[in-house]
Amino acid sequence: MNGGADLGGMQGFGPVIEEPGEAHFHAEWEPRVMAMVVLLGATEKWNIDQSRHARETLPPADYLRFSYYRIWAEGAQKLLLSREMVTETELQSGKVETPPAMIKARLEKQQVWDALHSLGGAADRLETDTPAFEVGQQVSTVNDHPLGHTRLPRYARAKRGVITKILGFHVFPDSSGNDKGDDPRWLYQVKFSAQELWGPGKNPRDCVTLDLWEPHLVRS
Amino acid sequence: MSHDHPHHDDDHSHLSEMDIRIRALESLLVEKGYIETAAVDEVIQIYETRIGPRNGAHVVAKSWTEPDFANWLMEDATAAIHSLGYTSRQGEHMVAVANSDQTHHLVVCTLCSCYPWSVLGLPPTWYKSPPFRSKAVIDPRGVLHDFGIDLPETTAVEVHDSTAETRYLVIPQRPAGTDGWSAEKLASLVNRNSMIGTAFADNPS
Repeated sequence: MNGGADLGGMQGFGPVIEEPGEAHFHAEWEPRVMAMVVLLGATEKWNIDQSRHARETLPPADYLRFSYYRIWAEGAQKLLLSREMVTETELQSGKVETPPAMIKARLEKQQVWDALHSLGGAADRLETDTPAFEVGQQVSTVNDHPLGHTRLPRYARAKRGVITKILGFHVFPDSSGNDKGDDPRWLYQVKFSAQELWGPGKNPRDCVTLDLWEPHLVRS
Repeated sequence: MSHDHPHHDDDHSHLSEMDIRIRALESLLVEKGYIETAAVDEVIQIYETRIGPRNGAHVVAKSWTEPDFANWLMEDATAAIHSLGYTSRQGEHMVAVANSDQTHHLVVCTLCSCYPWSVLGLPPTWYKSPPFRSKAVIDPRGVLHDFGIDLPETTAVEVHDSTAETRYLVIPQRPAGTDGWSAEKLASLVNRNSMIGTAFADNPS
């Protein structure tokens, strides 16, 4: 979707400023949100693509104005509500009023380290076909503006590039983020010249790579 | 200070609306049986103290001192990095890119904030911010300038937009004057930003 999260190429935000001291968190609640979101993953009530979609569907003005962990908190609350794990009233009061939803698992403290290292988030799946493209091949990206989740950003649509790596057979977020299952597809690294993306004023040596799935690409 | 909000020295009076909301959320989720408070504390402790850029610095320094490992890293970064035990989440699929005089690599995630947590820990605020996410792909040389780096026109800038579950680790160039250094000593020169592409490795002082 062409939402507030699709920031590549926007202008006017000013310089990138590195803050002195570089704290990971800027309020007491921020690390709690980070950790709760990590732990809620174990309930398997949603996947990572659905969680990204919950954040990017915030109204663009909110997405741009909210702090990073505020966006995480808003996304998590949307997911908790849509999975009927909590109610609006419960979120307001903090008090339990309805029975809990069934979950896959709750991580105990002793299980956290191993769970974080279990490679449970791996996105590659058993290959069921062969790649349609090979390294070195010229491709174009599709010109599509879906209302749902997609990992093909606006700035790289309808552009010509070249396949630079075959990365594997991976869960397709444009499916899994839209509640349509893993639907794994071949994933490629695709290189685009800066001039193709941004016009002839750019340095001809410069380029951008994106990792894109086969349905994003056509022969050119 | 507004006259309508008298000052209290009690810390709790400084709790923001977000602090209150998130406390309520946590107690609700704990009471519902979805999460455990001790596990929340554990996740925070792990990412504050145990998983961070020292992991990545180890990978980089090992690649500087062991050509076989450097080759493995370029061919199969996932296996090479996992062999060192760095298998935590947001590092399941890795690609390593090595800087040279000819090419400078810079990593961004324009759509969210994908970042190799397993080797660099949690991303810095600037990495997640709209200025970086918007500008890195359209004006990478401007971003590098913001970080005090002005590359010659003859050095290509290659930006990697992390649009999949693949996570990119930049291998900075080994600084001059470090011949004969141990991997351990070299790792102390590998700062976090140099593994994102917004800095060079430190020079030996």
